[in-house]
Amino acid sequence: MRRTATVLAVVLLAAGCSSNGTSNSGSSSDTPGVTDTEITVGTHMPLTGPAAAGYSKIAPATKAYFDFVNANGGVNGRKITYKIMDDGYNPSNTQQVVRQMVLQDKVFAILNGLGTPTHTGVLDFLKTNRVPDLFVASGSRSWNQPDKYPGTFGFNPDYTVEGKILGTYVKETYPGKKVCFLGQDDDFGRDSLEGIEKILGSVTAKQSYVTSNPNVGPQIGALKAAACDVVMLATVPGFTALSIGTAAKIGFKPQFVVSNVGSDPTTLTKTLGPAAGLLEGVVAANYLPLANDDANPWIQLYKKVNSDYNGNAEFDNNIVYGMSVGYLFVQSLQAAGKDLTRDSLIAAVEKGGFTGPGLVPVRFSAKDHSGYAGEQLTKLTGGKAAYFGTAYQTDDGDGAVAAYTGTAVAPPQNGIPTAQ
Amino acid sequence: MVSAPKKVAISRKKRQRISPLLVVIPAAALILALTYALPPFRNYQLATVGAYLCVTAGLTVLTGLNGQLSLGHGALMATGAYTLALMQNRFNLLVAGIVVAVLVTTVVGAVIGLAAARLRGPYLAGLTLAVAVVVPSIASTFDETFNSDQGLTVALEPPPDAITVEQWQAWVCWGAALVTVLLLAYLIRGRFGRDLRAVRDDETAAKLAGIGVARTQVLAFVVSAACAGLAGALFAVLAQSVSPGAFPLTLSLFLLMAIVIGGLGRLVGALIGAVLLVALPSFAQSIAESSGSVRLEGNLALTFFGVVLVVVMLAAPGGLTSLTNLRIRRKSQKGRK
Repeated sequence: MRRTATVLAVVLLAAGCSSNGTSNSGSSSDTPGVTDTEITVGTHMPLTGPAAAGYSKIAPATKAYFDFVNANGGVNGRKITYKIMDDGYNPSNTQQVVRQMVLQDKVFAILNGLGTPTHTGVLDFLKTNRVPDLFVASGSRSWNQPDKYPGTFGFNPDYTVEGKILGTYVKETYPGKKVCFLGQDDDFGRDSLEGIEKILGSVTAKQSYVTSNPNVGPQIGALKAAACDVVMLATVPGFTALSIGTAAKIGFKPQFVVSNVGSDPTTLTKTLGPAAGLLEGVVAANYLPLANDDANPWIQLYKKVNSDYNGNAEFDNNIVYGMSVGYLFVQSLQAAGKDLTRDSLIAAVEKGGFTGPGLVPVRFSAKDHSGYAGEQLTKLTGGKAAYFGTAYQTDDGDGAVAAYTGTAVAPPQNGIPTAQ
Repeated sequence: MVSAPKKVAISRKKRQRISPLLVVIPAAALILALTYALPPFRNYQLATVGAYLCVTAGLTVLTGLNGQLSLGHGALMATGAYTLALMQNRFNLLVAGIVVAVLVTTVVGAVIGLAAARLRGPYLAGLTLAVAVVVPSIASTFDETFNSDQGLTVALEPPPDAITVEQWQAWVCWGAALVTVLLLAYLIRGRFGRDLRAVRDDETAAKLAGIGVARTQVLAFVVSAACAGLAGALFAVLAQSVSPGAFPLTLSLFLLMAIVIGGLGRLVGALIGAVLLVALPSFAQSIAESSGSVRLEGNLALTFFGVVLVVVMLAAPGGLTSLTNLRIRRKSQKGRK
């Protein structure tokens, strides 16, 4: 019987080990993760792995913005604690870390979880546990399903919207040229291609890659063989750099048009190293102020927060992105009011009407959970991106791609939004 | 692999005195009690231990008792997981899905086992390694079925309101794990177990004794593949999704390390291994968190396993289970004096 006893002891030990009794008292309401003095939110991010390049800077930037808000009194007297978990861009890790944050750490909401393949896997789990799932860092259309996932909201313009805008640019600028496509083999690539083909019709050649295989030689070779003049990339930054580098290696010099999420100049320049010259003339799109636009009041605000609360990290579009997420979340908390619950937060986001750093508005309403409504094109020259043309907005259906003519909003004097 | 035959003989004699049922039934009662006492996340971890136990138990029979090294059990788990996902999404019958997952993995295991029975040592490791490595490529080559790196989501009926999802997961996983352990325990107690050991210790001698060497090896592989398929199906249920990233090469290596640390060829060792597979990464994570560097998290678990493996091999070459044996032996020696 000694062995039986050992077995039982081991099981008990395992069950009891490191159980740190997360008590959840002290909240005025019974909302998990909210007390009178604190709001705990969590995120999953690729801090290591194939998508870490660039993206790993987003969550620390968001946290820095929260620290800035906390230092100025927080939101309704509550300080924001931001729990950042590494999932290595691996969907199975995402399952694990999100469960831990929701079940063990009792976060109030998941904010800005990054990645199409990663976040898709936790939608059902978050829905079952009624956890608000705000501003997903991806442009998949999956986030915009208010009937199926009432608590999930996107942040990025969805990839079909982006595909339509980039497609319109290519159609106007390169009429009659052969246009090809390389995309990630998941909803990111597929949604993007759908948008492009809505405008351009069928592309000459299409290829896909997976992040677990860091070799795009065969794909780029196939595009070269198809004699493409324009190659449109729906790639994460590491694979944008890889594709452009691989093309140069085999003497293939098409015009590259890159999705916003794979186009941060600082990340690409760093990844390509001495071959950064290859980025000259690359066209991409964005919807937030550009990191190198020092005259922009938002950039001035973010740079100040970056130096005070983010250890003066190298300032790039990822930091702009992270802080804009933080700003929008604080706006949502303000709008939800003092009596903060999960339902009141979701209602506040659905009410929408947020104005902020974006060139185009966010679209949130009860019927629409997608994020930014459009983008403006950028071109890389001398290692720096600059906007050209006008901002466009469109939908993910057959709606027209129309110029957006709203005016930019300046940040509030103290850099912290107030309830609108 | 297990160096001291005398020790094995002693432990076997002791084991034969207790029926496996006497271990499994109290264990089931204990698990049931635990699922009511534990908070949801601990229940989820408990369920994960159960799922791991299925595969480590099968693997320890293959590697510990039959001497065949497999680096490809992660891939067999993936087979089970994808089968379950495809079945669930089409028919939504969980039990049928699990049974089909086990059957499909058994067939795949038989094919690999047929090849494996002709290979020895590093060549066998190489073959199974190739199986483990090929999973992501299969998923992206046939992306219309397997949906590449993004994987598939698994449609599951929610359990009745009276119990939490995590409780239900723990029941499903431990139900399967205990049945697996019970079947394996009966299997290795009888003639099959003796055949396995005979083939492991000396193939020529086993052949002279009339044991079909290749047949035994293939059977061992098939049995452990079925266990891996079951574990894979359970993981699909736990995560409600399957993707190649859930079954990387490191998983196969972790499984092997776990049974070596636990004690090769012993079902108790498989249990210890399964517990370590859940406890060590979570322990590593809490350390990484308190150190303030989240980036450590992804890599610290590997280091931990390495260190534990080295320490255990130095202190107790027979794995953690051999520690209790040593103590029993010392006591009985003292008694004799």
